[in-house]
Amino acid sequence: MGKIKKATWLKLLIYVILICVGILTAGPFYWLVKTSLETSTNVFKYPPSLIPKPVTLENYVGVWEVLELGRYYLNSIIIAGFGTFANVFLALLAAYPMARLNYPGKRFSLLLILIPLMIPVQGTLIVNYLTLRKLHLLNTFAGVIIPQSVSLFGIFLMRQAYLCIPRDLEDAARIDGAGEFYIWWKIMTPLVKPTVITLVLFQTLTWWDSFLWPLIVLSSPSKYPLSVALVYLNSTFQTNFRYTTAGMVLAVIPVILLFLFAQRYIISGITEGAVKY
Amino acid sequence: MGNYHKKLKLKQTLLAYLFLLVPLVVMIVFIYYPIGFGVALSTLKTNLLGEGKFVGLENFKKLFSDKYFWNAFFNSLIYLLVVPPLQLASIILAVLVNAQIRGKHFLRLLMFLPVVTPVSIVALTWRWIFREHGVLNYLLLGTGLVGEPVGFLSDPNIALFSIMFVTMWKGLGYYMMIYLAGLQGIPQDYIDAARIDGAKRWQVFFKVTIPLLKPYIFFCSVMSSIAALNVFGEIYAMTRGGPNHATETIPMFVYNNAFRYFKFGYSSAAATIFSLVVFAFTLLNFRIFKEGGVQSYNG
Repeated sequence: MGKIKKATWLKLLIYVILICVGILTAGPFYWLVKTSLETSTNVFKYPPSLIPKPVTLENYVGVWEVLELGRYYLNSIIIAGFGTFANVFLALLAAYPMARLNYPGKRFSLLLILIPLMIPVQGTLIVNYLTLRKLHLLNTFAGVIIPQSVSLFGIFLMRQAYLCIPRDLEDAARIDGAGEFYIWWKIMTPLVKPTVITLVLFQTLTWWDSFLWPLIVLSSPSKYPLSVALVYLNSTFQTNFRYTTAGMVLAVIPVILLFLFAQRYIISGITEGAVKY
Repeated sequence: MGNYHKKLKLKQTLLAYLFLLVPLVVMIVFIYYPIGFGVALSTLKTNLLGEGKFVGLENFKKLFSDKYFWNAFFNSLIYLLVVPPLQLASIILAVLVNAQIRGKHFLRLLMFLPVVTPVSIVALTWRWIFREHGVLNYLLLGTGLVGEPVGFLSDPNIALFSIMFVTMWKGLGYYMMIYLAGLQGIPQDYIDAARIDGAKRWQVFFKVTIPLLKPYIFFCSVMSSIAALNVFGEIYAMTRGGPNHATETIPMFVYNNAFRYFKFGYSSAAATIFSLVVFAFTLLNFRIFKEGGVQSYNG
């Protein structure tokens, strides 16, 4: 009897702690959404109220029409789209030989990719900026994307996936007379599709979040992606914080939806990185 | 047969080199070259174009007598000493959300929201909450915990800690998820065996769970140390290093010197020192957490 009681108390304690943490992590989102639905007189009301009253969508209209959020949205989509495509494609290219092919210099190529994982990258920012200037790529999307187009994490993940495919499959295809390129694209790559999906989602989130590099490379605010644009708008239009909050909600919605629908893939991407280290 | 293998190897070699060409060129230009040239750049006195003349260790000498460099260095050090150790608490959180309780998937989801939210949005949201007349001060005043509004981001003594809190808040769910994966990889037999042998829950936690989680603790402590040293977005969006340099960390210092004052050589010197520190820390983590885990128990 006493045993059962103890277990119940324990469970209750766990609930209390977890709900507190849940409120702590989700609370700010509630506050963000609440603020975005308030009228101008309400936002700076003191004491703040828990529920927006009256509810209005004027901030959403405002951020779209006055602050032209659509443009920044498009910038984000272009950068995240091309960036992710480059990351995944180059990871597939680089990982395959290292996992499945025999060639002179294999160990060396593995080493070349392993070493930078240990070296911090912020030391590269300044030189990359100067390189982009020489290439006349400053203030372009290409300048944002190309230096980050190789994802070492991506190469690692894809290599691991290719390594897991049984040898027989490849040999059978070879006996049937399939060429090496055909084996890569038509036989091996379809088998690593789940990992590709994981990588696509993961890189999309990373690009959507990227802040420092676009801030350095892009000098015209009209080219900013959402992450940078919102900080810029917030400091330029201080008084119109309501508009910015609406913009922030709109910028977060796609990532949260992405996460909700593809939770399994995103989490496996995160945890696989940890296991394979 | 020998001929077949020779031909196969040739075909594979060609394909391998073709595939590796573009990724390696990108890596050489944007990873290897900058690592090497960054060090060289730190020995130059540069103009606006990043060209300059060799001045030896002049930049480093100047750096060591620059009080703002030391200020940034210590701020980064505090960040490193406070944030990663506190983030170990995610282990406890992972144990709790791994318990057999209803609604745990929903709770995990709530804790993961900050992880997928872009850092700039996280920072702006908290800046709003931290305001003098923001909701947090309202709550603190209302419950009588403080007598007057706290300057979370405007008080030089508090601002850095406020930003640290935001970093931890954003990372909580990430580390929880990794530890959760680690926990789910521990065979239940181990736990059961310890319990049958009469071990208490907390004993199981410290003597079985923690040692078996060691590879995950290693990974998380590498990641969180690097993240703490690299922290930028939160600071830029919340305080830009102010008030009065109170929240200026090394990355912020490097950014300001390079891209606001265009002192490329000088900031490269700071970045070089900084890279060495990060590298040393990664090695240190390797030393501390190398062994352990389920694998080493299985032989």
